[in-house]
Amino acid sequence: MKMTCINCPMGCQLEVKLNGKDVVVTGNTCARGLAYGKQEFLLPMRTVTSLVKVRQGGVVSVKTSGQVPKSKIFDVLDQLKNIVVDKPVKIGDVIIKDVLGLGVDIVATKNMI
Amino acid sequence: MNYDVVVIGGGPAGMAAAVSAKENGANVLIIERDNKLGGILNQCIHNGFGLHYFKTELTGPEYADRFVQKVNELKIDVMLNAFVIDITANKKLTVISAEKGLLEIQSKAVILAMGCRERTAGAIAIPGDRPAGVWTAGLAQRLSNIEGYMVGRKVVILGSGDIGLIMARRMTFEGAKVQMVCEILPYSSGLKRNIVQCLDDFNIPLYFSTTIAEIKGKQRVEGVVVAQVDEKMRPIESTKRYVECDTVLLSVGLIPENDLVRDIGMEFHPKTNGAVVNDFRQTSVDGIFSCGNVLHVHDLVDNVSNESILAGECAARYIKGELPKGETVNVIPGKGIGYALPQKIVKGSGEVKIFYRVDNVYKKPKVVVKCGEKTLYEKRGMIMAPGEMENVVLNKSDITSDISVSLEVDEK
Repeated sequence: MKMTCINCPMGCQLEVKLNGKDVVVTGNTCARGLAYGKQEFLLPMRTVTSLVKVRQGGVVSVKTSGQVPKSKIFDVLDQLKNIVVDKPVKIGDVIIKDVLGLGVDIVATKNMI
Repeated sequence: MNYDVVVIGGGPAGMAAAVSAKENGANVLIIERDNKLGGILNQCIHNGFGLHYFKTELTGPEYADRFVQKVNELKIDVMLNAFVIDITANKKLTVISAEKGLLEIQSKAVILAMGCRERTAGAIAIPGDRPAGVWTAGLAQRLSNIEGYMVGRKVVILGSGDIGLIMARRMTFEGAKVQMVCEILPYSSGLKRNIVQCLDDFNIPLYFSTTIAEIKGKQRVEGVVVAQVDEKMRPIESTKRYVECDTVLLSVGLIPENDLVRDIGMEFHPKTNGAVVNDFRQTSVDGIFSCGNVLHVHDLVDNVSNESILAGECAARYIKGELPKGETVNVIPGKGIGYALPQKIVKGSGEVKIFYRVDNVYKKPKVVVKCGEKTLYEKRGMIMAPGEMENVVLNKSDITSDISVSLEVDEK
């Protein structure tokens, strides 16, 4: 699996392979690249940020309270499609508790009073 | 109306400068043209802000809110929906306010924190039609993230700056198909993290040395002709190809919004398009300070906050007559350096932090700071790119005459 390391502007081209049970990273020039390559190979994680509708008009920005597997990004976004919230919304308000059982919440990132 | 310090702009720079000036004893007013504080942070709903300043990862609106709370706690006067239409070297401001009409405000010091505006299609002169559907990336971001509009379904993005990359992901999340990102340079000015997490994650291709040669469409954009460019950045005829799309987003640079202060004898820097400042962030006009993106384009808001806190503190010291006024020396960008800031240093004691950008991508460059023949600093880095602002801290007592910042490079 080929990928670009994101830790610094160097952007090393990593190649990650499974050798038996070991994850082997090549192309990295530092320890951070090694850790990144392993994580991206085994279970890449992302914070998802998006918007949900506000009944009184407009949209409010939201995020996952922690990272979710990259493969679940669009499933999480699907959960937001039909949500409509009422004002007032405060930063940190939970919009969806434990989204898709992933262990993180969807929370508001903006105040709408 | 009279104030010690008037801050023009209520984005991250203006809020931090105002908080700092107030904490240092000044009577402060923020003038903001939008209907709320926060500036462009309000539309940057993605995360990644605040890792340096707040030691935690925040979204744009969350980062802004932390400073809004401070502005409120300190009871700083804020004038929203208001626009400064004129300023004199004596710090008299003419302001139009939606609530209060035409106002004159006399201030002892002024902090410029107006940020940037986006370079537009006209400014880079793309040939072809001028149909609907051509947006600057930041405007599309506002329409999407604040107003809640879907700006297009099939998108080509010109320019690989961070706003363009972030919008590629945002549009993808909203169900649009982002066809490609074209970058006229052989490298991206965006962060690696954004290239990976906004493009690679969704298999959006990024083409270097490639531009939009023509926009096609009558009412709405129907497609673009993309082409590779030669070394003089001219499209190569044989590489032209048609790409269908209904939307073109431009992420082709930011211009500090200094129009207000062009006619008051202020000295500007040709590379930054911002004011020339000393290490107190004071411009060549006595008592007028500048910070944030109106001074030079930053890549991290955390750096904007720090710079603006310095400007706010220095403005407060200025009105108390505590700001040192000694002899100044110049900071001269040497080989490999795009610009260095501040451009001037007032001789004295304590530390000074010089920010700089390199002018190309360099591998293992050595940064050398010299004062005359004396080397004040040297350090070899792994890699340096124009997209990442670097800095070096110096002792002011070592600075006896003009200093130079330059690179010694073995390989490009």
